[in-house]
Amino acid sequence: MNQFILSLVTGIFIGGVAGYLGSLMVSKRMALVGGALGHLTLPGIALALIYGFDVSLGALPLVALGIILIWLFEIRTKLPTEALTAVVFASGVAVAFLILPSEKTVTALIGDIAQVELYGAVISIILATIVFFVIRKIFSKMVLSNISEDLAKVQGINVKKYNFIFLASIAIIVALGVKIVGGLLTAALVAIPACAARNISRNLFQYTYGGMIIGAASCVVGILLFKLTGFSAGPLVILTSTLFFLISMIFKKD
Amino acid sequence: MNKETILKVKNLNVELNNKKIIENLSFEVKEKETLVILGPNGAGKTVLFRALLGLLPHRGEIQWQKEVKIGYVPTRLSLTKEIPLTIKEFFDLKPSTKNMAMGPKEIIEVLRTVGMVDSEILEKRVAFLSSGQFQRLLVAWGLADNPQILLFDEPMSGIDIRGQESIYNLLEKLREERNLTILLITHDLSIVYKLADNVICLNKKALCQGPSVEVLTPQHLSKLYGGEIKFYQHKHT
Repeated sequence: MNQFILSLVTGIFIGGVAGYLGSLMVSKRMALVGGALGHLTLPGIALALIYGFDVSLGALPLVALGIILIWLFEIRTKLPTEALTAVVFASGVAVAFLILPSEKTVTALIGDIAQVELYGAVISIILATIVFFVIRKIFSKMVLSNISEDLAKVQGINVKKYNFIFLASIAIIVALGVKIVGGLLTAALVAIPACAARNISRNLFQYTYGGMIIGAASCVVGILLFKLTGFSAGPLVILTSTLFFLISMIFKKD
Repeated sequence: MNKETILKVKNLNVELNNKKIIENLSFEVKEKETLVILGPNGAGKTVLFRALLGLLPHRGEIQWQKEVKIGYVPTRLSLTKEIPLTIKEFFDLKPSTKNMAMGPKEIIEVLRTVGMVDSEILEKRVAFLSSGQFQRLLVAWGLADNPQILLFDEPMSGIDIRGQESIYNLLEKLREERNLTILLITHDLSIVYKLADNVICLNKKALCQGPSVEVLTPQHLSKLYGGEIKFYQHKHT
């Protein structure tokens, strides 16, 4: 199959679901966690690039490890999550730069969607679709527990369980996202489309699906520009979503 | 538990971080009764509600009537400005109303009960409501799946006097129209005289409990709040 089409389709799925999930992350003030987890994947990406396997495959165990470490440190130290995230992700970046060959650095940091292979693309599309349906299923419960955990619990919602599912979904989307934007820019992949959608939406539905559409559209435009200009796709995708964000400010609803 | 008893609490003890918050509390609530829980800050009122709702670990017995439907209106919920949530969408978040397939018509109906009658109310954003309106919305949300009992935690906090008055009128109306059993936490003594059938004066332990006219003596109140408190009941003729 044409490499360009493959990149484009993979981008649409990952970018779209990242934007959708991002709307929930932004409303829970967790956008930067997506970035920290992205940085943490760098050692995994480094290994994947050295041994020639899919970068997302290298990234996923590291994100999972990162989430578990942060969770464990939190129980043990009672320090704020945000501070512990800093501890864990900076360590990840440090390890990455010890083992990462310098010629692979740029790919690891900002991604290279043009390297995606058929099997990697198919798995990404399947995983992104699963994450989309899972998040859609738990969305209203997450929003309610975000408004009030007590109200959610009184309604019989198992808040801990859904938080875990939510974190696992973030882990998967971050691991997939590094294919498009590398380990450096994943925060932007989840945050910017959601912020743009937030500006122009009147209700929750427009916000979440707006995030999804803007996320997917950013990937389409970014990858097209990459094809036309030869600049790296990752930064082009992010800058496209930044442009959408700037435009959304003109039409801001409130 | 006899047929009319909706809630029976026996020797309830709640400890948080090795600190005793509630000690040996026992009481019963009958159907259609309004019970007010009165007490100073930090007396364990909200903790009591959270224990009753199964949100906190506790010792002792909390026995609800079988398959009772409970509505809960928490105190001082922050209005989430991050999420562009409309009133209609707020109701859709509630699993039990979703299961009842509650449509726009039913939502408008329950909003009307709490005095929110704006024609385009459903598309209004939750974040744009005043705190009084938001409190009404929470009551409506709590009522949406027709509970038999409503737990109401300091409905007046952060609401101006006029708003307070109308929330009380609302509670009174609900009690009449819906045959609701109400558990109400408040600081406000005037309310107690107006609404309460029974009162528990809580400060870790129950310092007094029983019918409001009997137990709300100046002696009990000064014991509860510390120092001299005088409150004269207004008798309307």
